[in-house]
Amino acid sequence: MSEIESRGYVRPEVLVSTDWVADHLKDPGVRIVESNEDPLLYPSGHIPGAVEVDWTRDLNDPVRRDYLGRDGFQALMRRLGVTPDTTVIFYGDRNNWWATYAYWVFQLFGHDNAKIMDGGRIKWVNEGRPLTQEVPSYPASDYQAKERDDKRIRAFRDEVLRHVEKKGRLVDVRSPAEFTGERLHMPEYPNEGALRGGHIPGAASVPWARAVNAEDGTFKTADELRAIYEGEVGLKKDDDVVVYCRIGERSSHTWFVLTNLLGYRQVRNYDGSWTEWGNLVGVPIER
Amino acid sequence: MPEIPEKLARTLENLELISDRSERIQLLIDIANRYREVPQRIAQRPFPEENKVPACESEAYVWGERRPDGALDYHFAVENPQGISAKAMAAILEDTLSGAPPEQVAAIPQDIVYRIFGRELSMGKSMGLMGMVSMVANLAKRAAPSP
Repeated sequence: MSEIESRGYVRPEVLVSTDWVADHLKDPGVRIVESNEDPLLYPSGHIPGAVEVDWTRDLNDPVRRDYLGRDGFQALMRRLGVTPDTTVIFYGDRNNWWATYAYWVFQLFGHDNAKIMDGGRIKWVNEGRPLTQEVPSYPASDYQAKERDDKRIRAFRDEVLRHVEKKGRLVDVRSPAEFTGERLHMPEYPNEGALRGGHIPGAASVPWARAVNAEDGTFKTADELRAIYEGEVGLKKDDDVVVYCRIGERSSHTWFVLTNLLGYRQVRNYDGSWTEWGNLVGVPIER
Repeated sequence: MPEIPEKLARTLENLELISDRSERIQLLIDIANRYREVPQRIAQRPFPEENKVPACESEAYVWGERRPDGALDYHFAVENPQGISAKAMAAILEDTLSGAPPEQVAAIPQDIVYRIFGRELSMGKSMGLMGMVSMVANLAKRAAPSP
C-alpha cells in the first residue's frame, strides 16, 4: 500500500506523489500540467516536460463570465497533445489551489483521466527536484471534446437560492474575515468586487487551506478531513453540498477534497460565488 | 494632480514597449531576482501585522524609512517563496519610488499593476498587487507635507 493509499481516502487514485511524477516524466501516456495563480511561476521554472494551463487565458471565455465552451476545450486539449487516454497530472502553487480549479474545469468536460500531484509545486521544489525553463512542445492530438456538463458539479445562483430556501448545506471556504464581511469595511482595503460583505445564509465557514498540511502542502488524512468537515461542521457523505468562495477558485479545492478524498456524492461548486452573491439585488445575506 | 514619479514612469514606459508576452514575463522574472528583503535594522521576523499588505496571498510586508529630506525609502518582505510576482512588484516599487516626493507616491494609481503585469491577472493576484501599491501610497500619504 502506498503512503497516499494509507491515508484512507475514498478515491486515492486521484492523487499521485512527487516520486510517481518523477518516475513518469517521459511517459507518453502522461501529460503533466502546471496551473498557477502567479503567472510568472511557470516561465521561471517548471517540472521538465510540463505544459502550462493558465486559468485566465486558457480556461475562461474571453468576453463573458463563463468557462470556455466545447470548441475551446477541444482546441486546448489538442494543443496540449492530450487524448482521452492521456492521464493529466495537475500541480501548481498555493497548495494546488489553481491545480484543483483546472481539474474541476476538466471534469465539466468529462475528462476523468486526471489526477493531482500531492503537495503541489512547493513540495517538488523543496525536495530539490529538477526544474526547467524549457517549454515543451507535443504533437497536436485529435481530441474530440464532449459538451460541457454544468449540471453535476457546478451550481448557478438560482439553484443556490433554492438551495438556501430548502436549508441545504453550504460551505464558505474564504477567510474568516471575508466570511463575517469585516474585510469590506476595512479602511484602505482594495475592492473585493462585492457591494456587500458577509456570507450566504446557513453557510459553514471552513477556510479551504485547512485541508492541507501547512508544512509540506500535502492533503490531510481522511480521518483528519472528516474531523473538520463532519466533526466540526456536521456534513454527511450523502448531503447535497454547495461550496463557494470569491470567484470559485478556492472552493474548487474543497470540492476536490469532499468529492474525491471523502467520497461525497453531491458537491457542487458555485463559481459565481461571493462576487456574484454579494452584488445580487434582494438575495439574503448573513453576517 | 501630481505626476507619477519619474523613475516609475520610465519603468512603465519601458515595460509597455515590450509587446511580446513571454519577453515581458522574462523581464519581470529578472526584476523579481533583484528583490531584496527588508534590512534587519528596519524589521525582523515575526513581522508586525500593521506592515502586512491586505489581500496579498503572498504575505507581503511594506515599510517606509524616512530620509532627512522627508522622502521615504520603501522596504519589502515577501514571505511566500513562490510569490514571484509580489517580489517583482516589490523590486519595482522599491527601486522607482524610494526617494520620490511623498505627495507623488501618495497619488499613484493602483492600475499600474496592469501596466506592469498586463490585464491577464487573476482577480486575487491583481488585488494582492494593488494592495502593495495602496500600502505604499498610504505610507507616503502619512509622510507627505500637509497641504
